[in-house]
Amino acid sequence: MKTENPKAWFFVLPVLLLVAFNALVPIMTVVNYSVQETFGNNVFFWQGLDWFEQILRSDRFHAALGRQFLFTFLILIIEVPLGIIIALSMPRQGFWVPICLVTMALPMLIPWNVVGAMWNIFTLPDIGLLGYLMNHTLGINYDMTQNPFAAWVTIITMDVWHWTSLVVLLSYAGLVSIPDAYYQAAKIDGASPWKVFRYIQLPKMKTVLTIAILLRFMDSFNIYTEPFVLTGGGPGNSTTLLSIDLVKIALGQFDLGPAAAMSLIYFAITLLVSWLFYTLMTKDDEQ
Amino acid sequence: MKKRSLIPILYIAFLMLPIYWLVAMSFKTTQEILGGFSLFPQTFTLDNYRVIFTDPTWYWGYINSIIYVSLNTVISVCVALPAAYAFSRYRFLGDKQLFFWLLTNRMAPAAVFALPFFQLYSSVGLFDTHLAVALAHCLFNIPLAVWILEGFMGGVPKELDETAYVDGYSFPRFFVTIFLPTIKAGVGVAAFFCFMFSWVELLLAKTLTAVAAKPIAATMTKTASSAGYELGLLAAAGTLTIIPGAIVIYFVRNYIAKGFALGRV
Repeated sequence: MKTENPKAWFFVLPVLLLVAFNALVPIMTVVNYSVQETFGNNVFFWQGLDWFEQILRSDRFHAALGRQFLFTFLILIIEVPLGIIIALSMPRQGFWVPICLVTMALPMLIPWNVVGAMWNIFTLPDIGLLGYLMNHTLGINYDMTQNPFAAWVTIITMDVWHWTSLVVLLSYAGLVSIPDAYYQAAKIDGASPWKVFRYIQLPKMKTVLTIAILLRFMDSFNIYTEPFVLTGGGPGNSTTLLSIDLVKIALGQFDLGPAAAMSLIYFAITLLVSWLFYTLMTKDDEQ
Repeated sequence: MKKRSLIPILYIAFLMLPIYWLVAMSFKTTQEILGGFSLFPQTFTLDNYRVIFTDPTWYWGYINSIIYVSLNTVISVCVALPAAYAFSRYRFLGDKQLFFWLLTNRMAPAAVFALPFFQLYSSVGLFDTHLAVALAHCLFNIPLAVWILEGFMGGVPKELDETAYVDGYSFPRFFVTIFLPTIKAGVGVAAFFCFMFSWVELLLAKTLTAVAAKPIAATMTKTASSAGYELGLLAAAGTLTIIPGAIVIYFVRNYIAKGFALGRV
């Protein structure tokens, strides 16, 4: 049992100060911008909630939000099952385990813009490995600077390449913690592989899968650098996800008010969906 | 060989293909790259690497990145250690709310914070310093470090603390000589994650720097847009950014599976 100790606050104080400095001041700046209009020179006019209304009603925001949800949905529905399948078929011990873990973790340690640049080089139509194979060996017309569908396939494949390992490593950590006795008992009962998965492995992976799904949701919903480097949001606006659109409005057009209002709406959606996921996935534990 | 080991093999092959292509490109000359498709470098050259190691704007990019990443890792782990101890051992006013609030910072899109961060760090006179980037990355690394360390500390029985106090250990002495060695795997994993997320993040690092502390990834972006098609150079720079990560993973390879579960299996 944990003991009551108000002095524990002193232990938390440095963390609180550092994170508050980084979180509260910028968030207040954003809130401040979101209710004002400026024409430069640090002159501001009170605007009320107009920006919020404008953003929430704009077709451009709806389109970006729709693309963002589609992207995140596809990412979760591909990466989570794929990650589980790979984790299930990995060896549990021996020489190959560290090699698998290290090579699988590698993509996650590459700076995000390098990931974008790497996939750009990889998919160039005539001189990239994938682009060449598609266009010249398989005869499929593949050019993501022209074709929105190809651009979507490429950013999804890139994210699967980049982040499936997170799901693999988390699920694997859950799997290796299952004692052998569980499997022996299942064998004696004559359980099918599906039943072993459903009633032994899946429940044991639940905590780590919750973490995996939450992390994958947050990060794919906030993704900016990789698709920006790879497609720049194009062709047209077909891969302009929320972050990309936000940066276009804030730094490209320097519309600080609408950008700030959009930031807050964006952050609120991320928080709300994360909270929903979290409550849904931990609901059974409390009963 | 069992049939099911085919799946990890295929997956690893898929992971390695783009990396192979990047490395292969880095050994090609610009003429060869633009001249047409070749699976292996035909005229093997180290020129791209020579440019990076002799041009200060390139190699200082690496030094800058390493400086702020190390600084961030040290700061994050040092302040997260006592906080994680407090969360795992004590109940205090607002503890649950505080913990959740810390985690919400992990959810904030960096794009939201870019502009306010620029203004904040300019106004306190830290713009274009390594410390600015290191402090800014604390926003998402400290919550993560606290989360990981709290998981590992929760696995250490409370009797350890009590026995030490009975034996007359003061709190600082107990923490440094007994408790820290017990959770050293957790410290390693937390440091690994802080290193990883600080190393791969670019948006904030780029926003907060101009010349003196400019990260390698920003140097690359500039080259990509200004010099047109210096793909070989870009590939060489990209290849070199993979190496620090690879070295760090090698050191924590035995803890990596547990670490990814954040000690909560």
